[in-house]
Amino acid sequence: MRFLETFFNGQVILNYLPDLVHAMGVTLGLAAATIVTGILCGAALACLRVAGLKVVNFFIIVFADIMRALPPLVLIMILFFGMSSLGLNLSGWTVIYIVLSLVLAAFSEEIFWGGLTSIPAGQWEAGRATGLSRAQTLFHITFPQAARRGIPPLVNRVLATTKLTALGSVIGVKEILSVSSSAQSFSGSATPLTMAAIAYLIIFIPAVILSHWIERRYHFAT
Amino acid sequence: MTKPRTMLEIAGLEKSFGEVQVLKSIDLKVQEGELVFVIGPSGSGKSTMLRCCNRLEEPTSGSIFIDGQRITDIPHRDLDRMRLKVGMVFQGFNLYPQMSVLKNVMLAQVKALKRSKAEAEARALEMLDQVGLKHKAGAMPAELSGGQQQRVAIARALALDPQVMLFDEPTSALDPELVGSVLKVMKGLREKGMTMLVVSHEMQFAREAADRVVFMDQGYVAEQGTPEEIFGAPKSERLKTFLSRVSHGDVEAEAD
Repeated sequence: MRFLETFFNGQVILNYLPDLVHAMGVTLGLAAATIVTGILCGAALACLRVAGLKVVNFFIIVFADIMRALPPLVLIMILFFGMSSLGLNLSGWTVIYIVLSLVLAAFSEEIFWGGLTSIPAGQWEAGRATGLSRAQTLFHITFPQAARRGIPPLVNRVLATTKLTALGSVIGVKEILSVSSSAQSFSGSATPLTMAAIAYLIIFIPAVILSHWIERRYHFAT
Repeated sequence: MTKPRTMLEIAGLEKSFGEVQVLKSIDLKVQEGELVFVIGPSGSGKSTMLRCCNRLEEPTSGSIFIDGQRITDIPHRDLDRMRLKVGMVFQGFNLYPQMSVLKNVMLAQVKALKRSKAEAEARALEMLDQVGLKHKAGAMPAELSGGQQQRVAIARALALDPQVMLFDEPTSALDPELVGSVLKVMKGLREKGMTMLVVSHEMQFAREAADRVVFMDQGYVAEQGTPEEIFGAPKSERLKTFLSRVSHGDVEAEAD
């Protein structure tokens, strides 16, 4: 009984459910925005890297290395507290969105680039030999293959990055973890944290299932 | 009698990769409707020469003319248009694995030739029919045998209405029993008057179907002539050695 009382207190659940449902919306919105921005930017950077411009590629590599090396929390704190000292006040939501998008962009750039380098030269040659430009060959022939090869690591990275939305709790974004941990302080009950765990499962288990489906759907024999 | 039109002319072609000079001065002419076979030991520069003809490799010096137009000095931005005139078939087929057979044959028609989708599809089906694979239009490349994939690759090149077709060892990656179907398609093309330059080890096919055979060795055209001349009365020692090795089945060990 003590266990149920601690983790599944009915009254506490009723009190905080509306807040938590709202927080789920915030987490989902943040995750979706991050995924779209991060993957698109990563894909764009990988394609840009194909052009083989030395200076541009240098900056892409430096960007990808730094973003993958730094703990995201460090960037979040720098942007949130540092920028306000410069007079640039970014909301907590915006900071999380920017940092996680950059991190995901860096990882997905590396994943797409790795995929592109694994495409046999013959695919490029077949495209070019039929009169397609380099950009057309990239867009219609090699990138789609690279993207499919990148799906499994990309799915992992997307899940890992979107879970980091919980870092929003550090800078007051009203997402799942921050709402439930303040509810825990106010109520003195651990139940809101249980609710947070369940809320994350509700969001991420379908995401994991969806990812399996995507991996199967876009698998093709080579 | 009208003078036959020269479709492909190679003059003084040289190609080096770093310090290694692969082509040391190649001169070769292919008339309209002619099937010219290029044979020679591995490393003699056959494939490199072929790849210079649509500038997949940049020649180090020399000239190449396609239907009278010098293609060796056209700027990079005009390369794509030039390549539409030169069809190429690769040893490894290089079909696009994520697209159906039909889409493989349609892609460059739509994106490079700017044909409408309907027109490109009609043309693709016509070409697939010509190579005997119209019924496979909806299949994915991985579902086809090697011979079928190579025929699709031929259809993909033909759909762009090229003036010259280049074949880079088109049957070398095929199981022996599948070679015949590809050679049959090539024979059909010859009967339709397509100009073809073929690098291949299929000596029997060269005997039957080639108008002319060119023997390349160490970066030079060492000898050329009709199949009867080349196979029946080889002049140079090197060609004799090569032919005896090939006839003893050693060519596999030598093939690259």
